[in-house]
Parts: sequence; structure tokens; C-alpha cells
Amino acid sequence: MATPTHPPAAAAARPDRPVGAPAPQQLTAVPVRHWGRRVTAVLAVLALVGLIGSLAKNPNLHWDVVGHFLLADLVFDGLVTTVWLTVAAMAVGLGLGTLVAVMRLSANPVLHGLSALFVWVFRGTPLLVQIIFWAYAAALYKHVMIGIPFTTVTFVEFDTNALLTPTVAALLALGLNEAAYASEIVRAGIQSVDPGQTEAAYSLGMKPALTMRRIVLPQAMKVIIPPMGNETINMLKTTAYVSVIAAHDLMSNIQDVYAQNYQVIPMLVVAALWYLALTTVLSVPQAWLERRYGRGTARAGQVSPLRRMFTGAAGLLPAFGGSRNTTDQKG
Amino acid sequence: MPLPMVHAQGVRKQYGKLEVLKGVDLTVERGQVCCLLGPSGSGKSTFLRCINHLEKIDGGRLAVDGDLVGHRQAGDRLYELREAEVAARRRDIGMVFQRFNLFPHLTALQNVMEAPVRVARVNIAEARAEAGRLLDRVGLADRADHYPAQLSGGQQQRVAIARALAMKPKLMLFDEPTSALDPELVGDVLDVMRDLAADGMTMVVVTHETGFAREVGDTAVFMDEGVVVESGAPRQVLVAPTQERTKAFLGKVL
Repeated sequence: MATPTHPPAAAAARPDRPVGAPAPQQLTAVPVRHWGRRVTAVLAVLALVGLIGSLAKNPNLHWDVVGHFLLADLVFDGLVTTVWLTVAAMAVGLGLGTLVAVMRLSANPVLHGLSALFVWVFRGTPLLVQIIFWAYAAALYKHVMIGIPFTTVTFVEFDTNALLTPTVAALLALGLNEAAYASEIVRAGIQSVDPGQTEAAYSLGMKPALTMRRIVLPQAMKVIIPPMGNETINMLKTTAYVSVIAAHDLMSNIQDVYAQNYQVIPMLVVAALWYLALTTVLSVPQAWLERRYGRGTARAGQVSPLRRMFTGAAGLLPAFGGSRNTTDQKG
Repeated sequence: MPLPMVHAQGVRKQYGKLEVLKGVDLTVERGQVCCLLGPSGSGKSTFLRCINHLEKIDGGRLAVDGDLVGHRQAGDRLYELREAEVAARRRDIGMVFQRFNLFPHLTALQNVMEAPVRVARVNIAEARAEAGRLLDRVGLADRADHYPAQLSGGQQQRVAIARALAMKPKLMLFDEPTSALDPELVGDVLDVMRDLAADGMTMVVVTHETGFAREVGDTAVFMDEGVVVESGAPRQVLVAPTQERTKAFLGKVL
């Protein structure tokens, strides 16, 4: 209502407003004050500061030891093995996993059954069991040979112990285990693509393999990449398990050190800091890949992954990430 | 008398126990536009998909330009061809789908270029120029770099037509090309199809647009329960049908 402000005299004439009350136009709305929220926040921050202070001052944490070993050669060597093992195991996992996924979707019932069996075994047994199994596989077969079955013809023969070094055993265990999980992720990705896409490609004269490579897989990537990113970050941490077979990864070397100097906690802090640093770095390529394969969808923003990372929290604000999509221009 | 473009004799198809095509006979001459009409479940879309072997027939003979599409005949048996051979024969048959089925990860131009570059091995510059001409022909030259999600349904369908034409097909199949479109977008797509027919393209069109069938069609074919009930000139089939089932269907849709 655009009525001008009334002097008190006019207000007195209205029965619904007591004399002396402010005019409606002067009222200001005040949101509920969340006193409890503020108190909790202050208490939580105090608790955190107290914890950090106590850790910083605790002599048993031996920050000098942490500082000394953070960039030590032994730790660095372990780090290189951990990164190498992560990359190699993920490569084996993704490659073999894609093969197993395609077998699972194949019309050939034998291939389908074999891939199901593979997933059943490697997903159904603990990773720790698999790691130790591969390390001790020489107890099962003393020699591995490539030749013609049921004859004495042998092309190459290896001593299993020489072949299955702890690092190779670790790679086999992690790679095969990952393949089982990756195959399910890839299968879900392939199945998420509309069958009409395959029909359209076929109707243009494209063969099945070309259709899979050019049409189906690029679209499946959008579904495959986020969980595979998680798998990679998970794998980086899971490599710590191979310390049980002394595969010279970061965790193995850390254990070697604290077995000698008994500085268990400081050495674990060193390990934790490095694992945290690596997992943080890994989230960058994941964001980049998601953007790369999100092309053509309205949701895929044109913001660079780095910028998205730094505006992550701010992304909730409309000024940043929120509304800068190149959305539909229907019509 | 030249070979007919599509020649179907006693084509049968079943899903398990359900017979969808119970002996379809149909001939489409070169340069003709054949409109397939009928209630849903009559088998008209299934028959269309059999023409380029997206569905496999169980019996009968179905030839395009004299060649069996998905089979090789030896005596009284049809042997299914290998995937590579089927793919080679499909290159000459363009298809447009009800749901467009554009490749969402490629731009309009890339959608049109994909098959010429990857299948026909045309060099990229040539394919791009030809794709540009085709997009211009369907009135979308200015949308070449848009992704399908950024186009309206009518625009998407016109890109899909350009994509099918890029392989220079001798036959075009349309599976209810306007059924998924908002009413105001149907006209643009029908205009493109009308131009195509005027250029002498042989077309088989599954449609509910009886107006289009009457105006552009050379023949109208009414199918029901897996057989051709009635076929002939559109004016005769759609205006003065002789069969009761055709009359009943037209009474419902007109």
C-alpha cells in the first residue's frame, strides 16, 4: 500500500492500533537469534584449539623426529614406490576391469560366466588374504612355465620365487582386486548409456567395436569417472596394506624405521602427512577429467577445475559456481 | 521395370511366443515416399527396424535395392551375415528415430561428421564442409557448434536427418520422427522431409501425421496386428478406405 505515513493523530483514529504504537511502515523484521548455534561453534573451536595446542606441546610427539624424517631418503623411496604401485595397480585394474565388464555384457554365455566368477572370487575374499596369497604363491607352484599343455614342450620357465618379488606380488594383488571392482563400475557406466545411441551408430554403418569406442565409452565415462576417482584415492591408501609383505612402500619403510627407533607415533604422523598430501593432489586430475567428459551436458560448467576447487565452499553462493552453466537455449 | 528399393515378401518376426509380424508384403519403388500407418502394436515400427536389420527377421524375404539386408540366401535358408557385413549394408540406409538419438557428447557438426570420417573415411576438411552444407540444408547452419542439449527437439531432429544424409543413403527410414516433438516444432521437421521427398529420396515413414501422408506420400500402407491390411494411393487409403479396420482406426485419429 502506497499510503503516506500518518501522524499519530490519524493512527488514533484507527481502532486496531493502540495509541503510541509505531507506524507499520517503521517495523523491521528480525530473524530468530540462534544463540545455541553460536555457543556450540565457540565451544567446538575452543576444543580444537585445545587439542592442537596439547599436541604441539606434547613432548612425546617429537616434532623434531617428524621434521627429520619427513624428507628422509627412506621415506621418499617408499613414497615413490607407493605412487608407482598406485598408478600401476589402477592401470591393471582399469584395463582388466574394462575387459571383464565387456565380457560380462557379451552375448557369449561362457565369457559372461567367467567374468562373473572372476568378480565373485576377487571381490569376495579379503584383500589382505589376496596380498599374502600372492606373496607366498611360490609355495603352490615352484616354477611357472609357458609351453603347450599336456606335452613336454616348454618355451620359458621361471622360478616363482624370483618372479614374485614382494613388489610384483603387491601389484598383482592390488591390480586383480581392483579389476573386480572396476569391472562393476565400467559395466554400470556402459549400461547407463541409452541403447538408442548404439542403434543410431549402427544405422550409420558403424561396427560394434567402433560404436563402443566412439559412442558408448565416451558417454559412459561421465558415470565411470567419479567412482574411479574415489577408487584411485582409496587405492593410494590401500597400498599401505602391502607393508605386511614388506613391499618397500611408504608404510613398509615407516614401519622399518619405528621398529628401530621406537618413535611409532611421530613416524605415523609422517606417513599420515604424506598420504594426505597425495590424496589432495589426486583430486585435481579427477575434477579435470569430470569436466572433460561432462561436455554436452547442461550441468557441466565452464569453470576450470582449479577454480572450482578453490571456490568449492563458495560454490554455494550464486556469485560463484552456482549459475554459470551454459544451459539450454531452447527454441 | 527397375528393381524396387524395398521388397518385402512374407516377412515374419516374433519375440518369444508373441508374433509381431505375420507375413508382411510390401514394395517401395525408387523415389517413392511410403507412409506406414496403424495403431500402436501393429508392427509398423518393428517392420521399419527390420529393413536395416536393427531387428532380425525370423522368416520371409526382405531386400533393399535387390540385396538382402542382414542375410545371405542359400537354398531355402537365410544365413545371418557377420556384423561387419551388416554394417556395410546399413551405410546405404539412413534412419531417423523418434527420440532423435543424437550423440550428446558431440556438437551438431561433429554428429553429422562422425560417420563420414570414421566409416566412409572421408578426409576431415571435406567431411566438415559437407556437414556444414547439410546443416545449412536443414536450416541449422548457425547451430553447428551447439551440443544436442542446447537445441530444441525440432532442431535436434533436423540435425539427426542431416546426420543420416551425410552417408549419402539411397533409402531413408523415419520412425515416428515428429511424435516426440512439441506441436509448434513439428512443421519445421516436416518441411525438411518434404524437401527431401521433392529431391527424389526414397523414404519409408512411420507416422501419425495423416496430413503429411496425404500430401507427400506416394503410397499409404495401413498395418494392423502384424499384417498389411490395406495399401494404395494415400487419397484412397486415407479418405475412402475399403477395410473396416482402416475405417475404425482413421475414425479414431482424424
